[in-house]
Amino acid sequence: MPNTIKLIALGLVTLFAAMAANYARDLAYMVHAIIVMLVAGGLFLYTLRKTGEPVLATPKNEYLDSVVRAGVIATGFWGVIGFLAGTFIAFQLAFPQLNFDWLQGHGNFGRLRPLHTSAVIFAFGGNALIATSFYVVQRTSAARLWGGNLAWFVFWGYQLFIVLAATGYLLGATQSREYAEPEWYVDWWLTIVWVAYLAVFLGTIIKRKEPHIYVANWFYLSFIVTVAMLHVVNNISIPISIWGSRSVQVMSGVQDAMTQWWYGHNAVGFFLTAGFLGMMYYFIPKQAERPVFSYKLSIIHFWALIFIYIWAGPHHLHYTALPDWASTLGMVFSIVLWMPSWGGMINGLMTLSGAWDKLRTDPIIRMMVISVGFYGMSTFEGPMMSIRAVNSLSHYTDWTIGHVHSGALGWNGMITFGALYFLTPVLWKRERIYSVQLVSWHFWLATIGIVLYAASMWVTGIMEGLMWREVDANGFLVNSFADTVAAKFPMYVVRGLGGVLYLTGAVIMVYNLIMTVRRAPAKEASLAVTVPAE
Amino acid sequence: MSKAPQKHKGDPETTGHSWDGIEEFNNPLPRWWLWTFYACIIWAIGYTIAYPAWPGIKSATSGVLGWSTRGDVAQDIAAVNEANAAINARLVSTELTEVAAEPDLNSYAVSAGAAVFKTWCAQCHGSGAAGAKGYPNLLDDDWLWGGDIEAIHYTVTHGVRNEDDGDARYSQMPAFGRDELLSDEEIDQVVNFVMSLSGSAQDGTMVEPGSVVFADNCASCHMDDGTGDREQGAPNLTDAIWLYGGDYDTIKETVVNARFGVMPAWGLRLSEHEIRAAALYVHQLGGGE
Repeated sequence: MPNTIKLIALGLVTLFAAMAANYARDLAYMVHAIIVMLVAGGLFLYTLRKTGEPVLATPKNEYLDSVVRAGVIATGFWGVIGFLAGTFIAFQLAFPQLNFDWLQGHGNFGRLRPLHTSAVIFAFGGNALIATSFYVVQRTSAARLWGGNLAWFVFWGYQLFIVLAATGYLLGATQSREYAEPEWYVDWWLTIVWVAYLAVFLGTIIKRKEPHIYVANWFYLSFIVTVAMLHVVNNISIPISIWGSRSVQVMSGVQDAMTQWWYGHNAVGFFLTAGFLGMMYYFIPKQAERPVFSYKLSIIHFWALIFIYIWAGPHHLHYTALPDWASTLGMVFSIVLWMPSWGGMINGLMTLSGAWDKLRTDPIIRMMVISVGFYGMSTFEGPMMSIRAVNSLSHYTDWTIGHVHSGALGWNGMITFGALYFLTPVLWKRERIYSVQLVSWHFWLATIGIVLYAASMWVTGIMEGLMWREVDANGFLVNSFADTVAAKFPMYVVRGLGGVLYLTGAVIMVYNLIMTVRRAPAKEASLAVTVPAE
Repeated sequence: MSKAPQKHKGDPETTGHSWDGIEEFNNPLPRWWLWTFYACIIWAIGYTIAYPAWPGIKSATSGVLGWSTRGDVAQDIAAVNEANAAINARLVSTELTEVAAEPDLNSYAVSAGAAVFKTWCAQCHGSGAAGAKGYPNLLDDDWLWGGDIEAIHYTVTHGVRNEDDGDARYSQMPAFGRDELLSDEEIDQVVNFVMSLSGSAQDGTMVEPGSVVFADNCASCHMDDGTGDREQGAPNLTDAIWLYGGDYDTIKETVVNARFGVMPAWGLRLSEHEIRAAALYVHQLGGGE
């Protein structure tokens, strides 16, 4: 883009944001307008200073790895923030006194909870997905990322989305849709960034030099396309004013509830499952140095997974105003989904057969194995919990929280850690990771943390469900709600301790990765990697 | 940099492609995986025939079993109601004061009342009925509107100071400070006097003039000796039991702005046997008269 057009656009955005800050109807909107004004204004000055400077020719024969390096850093950074927020709110639940008076309206549980979920899913998970997908698509297509600096726009645009979302939650701008709390203008911005992401990814695949598209890229692409669709439909709302953050949802009642869980379930299905399967399909065979177990299985389970997942959302709304027929369909599709999900686990684990000896020596492989193990467990537990009879016990209890976290901490977290340990030495051209022993420490801390977390939530969830439904001989309820809250206290403390262990492991990882970049012996002088000539 | 994967003796064929050194074996689908997948699909088809599932234009199939979530819960409720119908009728027809004499009815009423209390009352009065600031403790023998079984039953049925039930218990303390009925000095004096009734005043010199203010403004409801009046829900000020607090600042707040505690009229929401059970439950907690 010529700098003149860029300057005009940035100038207009800066001006508009300044007006928006002035007319703002609420604090969150004003703060966001100021952030946008500063970012756009800063970019304006930056572009202006660079105008007239000679433009360095883009090296077409090298992979664009700098944006992946930035993504690796962002993943580690947001991961620690997200785990910290999660650990803090876990203790807020155990000790409500931690909802300090001076935190009211900004840092109480209700405000911090979406901050935690968004930070871990979208900031940590999202950056991991974007970074690894940029890395994997280049390597498996033998092509540099399409679109020049568009990949950098995706990276920084996504960080801006995260900052707007997070500050919005703390200041009370939320549309109260689970995992989609940001208000309308943040949604619009994410849509723009996401379309750019799709363009970069698809453009790279189209100009690939390999004859076939590698399976990891199918999963990444299905994740990008489906999340775009989910995001747009779930966020159809009408702003009350262009000068304020509030908006009104177009759908209402049970239709709205169904839309939310169609989105919510498939955010899990395509963001946290399909996207991370893409990661799994590259990094496991790479780290194990073995061929993928079965091409046939990968193709069958891919298509079965993406066809079936999208129908399973209603199982989040059993025993509500949702009609029985929709709830039945949600349940049976969830059961049918069991084997397609397990296809990924089988392919992951069986790829390691013949490399089992590495489990003893390579903690990164160990992380990947436990990740796939938790994936298998969660994708069995999910269909089981979708059965109406089971759901009548598990729904609204901490069992759901335990289920989510065995998937998120076990599957998503561990595979991401494995990928970061793999990527850092490669991207910064180091011989090896700084300390394998610290990776081992991370592995055990994280694993024990997950076990504490999941086990305590299973126990307390089932206990809670049983206490809620307990009736005496005459059919009268035995427990009040507050009785169940009191009974859960010890498990809440155990859960918080699990969080502390997991967080500690992540901090050790960040230290290890930083030391890898700074101290581990270098491999080559230049960081640039040449695209292989076909 | 793309290292070829390690191959072992006896490895199956690969598909022949390589991406950045990654290859794929040409293994068949695991049999057990495929058959379990098929079994799930067949089960799913059967289940959707048995239960409401497939949507049409105007309605959905209702399933050959005729099952529905609403029908299911209605059945459960009907079964419990039927089982308890006789004893509920007995509870409604027996004089409240006579219930204690019939052990089976009494124990039924207390467990039923406990369930009602945990569902509807615990939010304010606490699951152990110990109350909270502004919400009376039901375990002690201090009662605002009366602690015999008939009085408790009336309070539960009609509630306190609500606008839904014309028979709700009602009274209103004047806001002596906000409405400028008393001067700041007089308020200071009367607060000290009230404190002296159950303990010691903050400022002893104020007690004497405070007694005059009290007699002129407060005694009509709280009585000359400060022991209160249950007809008007006027608290006894001579004991150490406080609904909002007995320290200087809290009593001053009460005198300046008054208080207006509200309780819903449960007679509009619950059935008579539930209300009687709840009243009997509260009555036997320890303070019942």
